[in-house]
This record gives sequence, C-alpha cells and structure tokens, in this order.
Amino acid sequence: MDTLVQIKNLNKIYESSDGNVIALNNINFDIHKNEFLTIIGSSGCGKSTILNILDGIDKDYNGKIILDKDIKIGYMLQEDALFEWLTVEENALLGLKILKKLNKETKNYTINLLDKYGLKDFKDKYPKSLSGGMRQRVALIRTLATKPDVLLMDEPFSALDYQTRLQVSDDVYRIIKEENTTVVMVSHDLAESISMSDRIIVLSKRPGKVKKIYTITLTNKSTPIENRKAKEFAYYYDALWKDLDKNV
Amino acid sequence: MSEYQRKHKRKKRLILFTQLAIFILFITVWELLAKHGMINTFITSSPSNIIKTIINLYNTNNLFNHIWVTLYETILAFTLTLIISILISIILYKSDFLAKVIDPYLTLLNSLPKVALGPILIIWIGANEKSIITMGILITIIVSIQSIYNGFKNTPPIKIKLMKTFNASNRDIFLKLVFPQNIRTIVNTLKINTALCLVGIIMGEFLTSKAGIGYLILYGSQVFNLDLVMAGIFILIILSILIYKIITYIEKRLEKY
Repeated sequence: MDTLVQIKNLNKIYESSDGNVIALNNINFDIHKNEFLTIIGSSGCGKSTILNILDGIDKDYNGKIILDKDIKIGYMLQEDALFEWLTVEENALLGLKILKKLNKETKNYTINLLDKYGLKDFKDKYPKSLSGGMRQRVALIRTLATKPDVLLMDEPFSALDYQTRLQVSDDVYRIIKEENTTVVMVSHDLAESISMSDRIIVLSKRPGKVKKIYTITLTNKSTPIENRKAKEFAYYYDALWKDLDKNV
Repeated sequence: MSEYQRKHKRKKRLILFTQLAIFILFITVWELLAKHGMINTFITSSPSNIIKTIINLYNTNNLFNHIWVTLYETILAFTLTLIISILISIILYKSDFLAKVIDPYLTLLNSLPKVALGPILIIWIGANEKSIITMGILITIIVSIQSIYNGFKNTPPIKIKLMKTFNASNRDIFLKLVFPQNIRTIVNTLKINTALCLVGIIMGEFLTSKAGIGYLILYGSQVFNLDLVMAGIFILIILSILIYKIITYIEKRLEKY
C-alpha cells in the first residue's frame, strides 16, 4: 500500500489572552493511496484543524507532515462557498484560475466533469438556480478540477437537509471513486462515516488525541446508501458510539 | 386569469387610482383656493403661477441652465464621493490598525451636521462652485466609507478560506472576491448617496451660488417671489425622481445573479 502522507507527532496550541489551549496532542497517522479515511470526534476536538494543517492554510503547528513526492492537496469546505456573481462554469474554474493553471486542457477536463455529473445544462446559469445537492457537486468539481492527489473534506454535507445529505453523499462518493481520489473526511456523523470510509480515526475530546483507528470491512461493499444495510454496520456503529467522547 | 389574480390586479389599480386622485385633488383645491382669493398667493403661490414661472424661466433661457448647474454639481460630487470612498475603504480594509484608529473620528464626523462647515468652506475654498461640490461630498462621504468598508469587512470568512485553499494572494482575494462580493453594497450606497448628494448641493447653493436650483429658491425667497421658490422646489422634485430612476435602472441591470 502506497503512503501518500505521513503525519508525525503533530501538536497544535492555540494562544489566547486567557492562556494556551492544546488543540491537538501528538497526532500520528498515515494516509494511504486511494483510501477513504474519515476522522470523527466530538465538536471542538480539533478535527478541522488537522485538515487546515494538511492543506497548508494553518502553518502554525509542531510536528512533521511528510508528503510523498510533490503531491497536491485539495480542500472541500463545510459550505459550497460558490460565488453568486459567477456562472457555474466560472465557479468550477475558479481554483484553476487562481492557481494560474487554467489552460485549454484543464478547462476541458473541468467542463467534462460538469457534463459527466449532471451539470451540463447549468454551466451558464448562476448558482442561485441550483439545488443544494447540485451546488455541492459544483464545489466538489471546483476542487477536483485542480486534480488533487488527496482530497480533504470538512463536514461537506453538514449544510444540507437529511434526505439531500444521503443523496449527495452517494453522488460525491461515486465521483470520488470514479476519479480515483484519495479522501480525508472530517465528520461527526457515525452512520455517514461507516457507510463511506475504508478507515475511521476516532479523536478524543480536547486536547485531540488519536483514540482508535478502525478498518471498516463490509460485506458486499457498494454505495454509501447500500452499505448501511451491511450486517457489520450495526457492530461498527456500536463500537464507535462507545469510543466517542460525549460532551453532554 | 384566476379570481385571485383578478382581485389582486383590481386592488393594485385601486391603489394607483387613489394615489393619483390625491395628487389631482391637492393641486385642484390649491388652484381653486388661490383663484377665489381664499388663500394669499403672495405666500402660497399657486399651481398655475408655478407653471407660468417655469415657462418664463424657459423663455428667458435660464431654466435648463439652472437645472444643468445643479445636475452637474451633483454628478461631480457624487462621482468624486464614490471614487474617494472606495479608495479609502480599500486602505482601511488593508490596514486594520488604521481602521481601528480612525473609527471614532469617523463616528464623530458622521454625527456632525455638515452644514455647520459651510462658513469654513467658503473661507478656505472661496465663494465658488468648488465649495458647493465639497459640501456635496462632505455630506455623503462618511456614510459611504462606513458602509463600503463594513461590506468589505463582512465578506463571508468561508469564501476567504476557499480562496486561501487555492493559495490566493491578498490581491486576488480582494479583486476576485471582496470587491465583486460588495458590488451590491456599493450600488445600495449609491442609491442613498444620490439623494444625500442633492441635499448637500442645494445646501451649498444656499451658501454661495450664481446659478442652480438652490440659487433659484434662495433668490426667490430673498425677493419674496414665492412663485419662484415653489417652481424651484417643483423642479427639484422632478430632478430627484429622475436621478432615482436612473440609479434603479442601473441596479436592475446589475441584478442578473
């Protein structure tokens, strides 16, 4: 198994006027090629911080992030953050444009993704005419357009209502698998995590530590919605529930 | 058309009809009272006298000159306000330190009745058009800076984070996100500005002027020609409606998304 990223002894301290807060305490794990890795934990345990550090937005940490060769990292945020004044196509090309990688080839690749994933007739429309699920797909394509080797997703479905959420997680999963992307997702939804992931990392409450790493093996693994019917599902759900620190 | 739509349309028509009726009634009563000597037209003027005065102004070739002077001063003050307030907002957005330092001064200046600065303007700048335009700028600029700057500041953090995930430079973040995100705020500010700007210009013309609608009104009151005062006010109403319509048109054109 190829390891794309190694996280070694990662520590993060937030400084504030009422003293320092340890957000992450000695985090160690690897990201393997083509896997779907999910980090779960109660709110405030620092799971989003890990993604910010991996993406390079947050450079204020201790420890080592070892990237394999010069792999690229893409980041899909909690909200779609589409720009209302740009068309769907312009939104999808935004990342490429800012990274100054917009050329005929990358543009065609992006437009192909839009066509392939049901946005063909919406390319010239503005985001306000899209449903929540479609907006999320545009946001995903905007990130995939930059061809990341590792895709980070920070609770990508949290802004959606439950039914849309199920549908979109199926859509996104299908796109990710078809495009052979390695994923690190942050979530607090146990069922969603089990149904999508190959491995699940459980973080303890603040200061966040790696409490346990699960390898998820489901019989007849298919789409996230189907995976919920697997006989091992309940077992993992139960185990994760017991591991999760409750704040109540 | 359904019963509901018909009802809705009838109601809309009734409102418009009533609005027009009030206007016509007001003008008619005013005119009738004046005609039968029940009010003193020396003080109240009358609709027919106002129209006569306007025709007279037109015949002596002064009407459009006065309108143009006021319009020109307003447009100039308005454009300068827009440019200056956007530039200052950008500077404040770039420097959090400066923004925090300047904040109480902006609030102070905002609460100051700008007309009080009139005499100073005349001494510093002179009794000329420049003073009038400066008054137009002064009255609008603080509010413009505050609302545009606040718009910049309130750009959704998630969008800024998105730009950072693509390694965007500060320049890119401003030009591709913060500015376009706030076009609407700026247009809204414009809308408030036009009305305010006109107020500033008329105030300026009251202080010092040789032409313009403010000049007409002030001159009319000094020689106790109420027909001229009322005519000036009437022209001013038409002018402000016109400016408002133009801005609303621009706003509509921008509203494609």
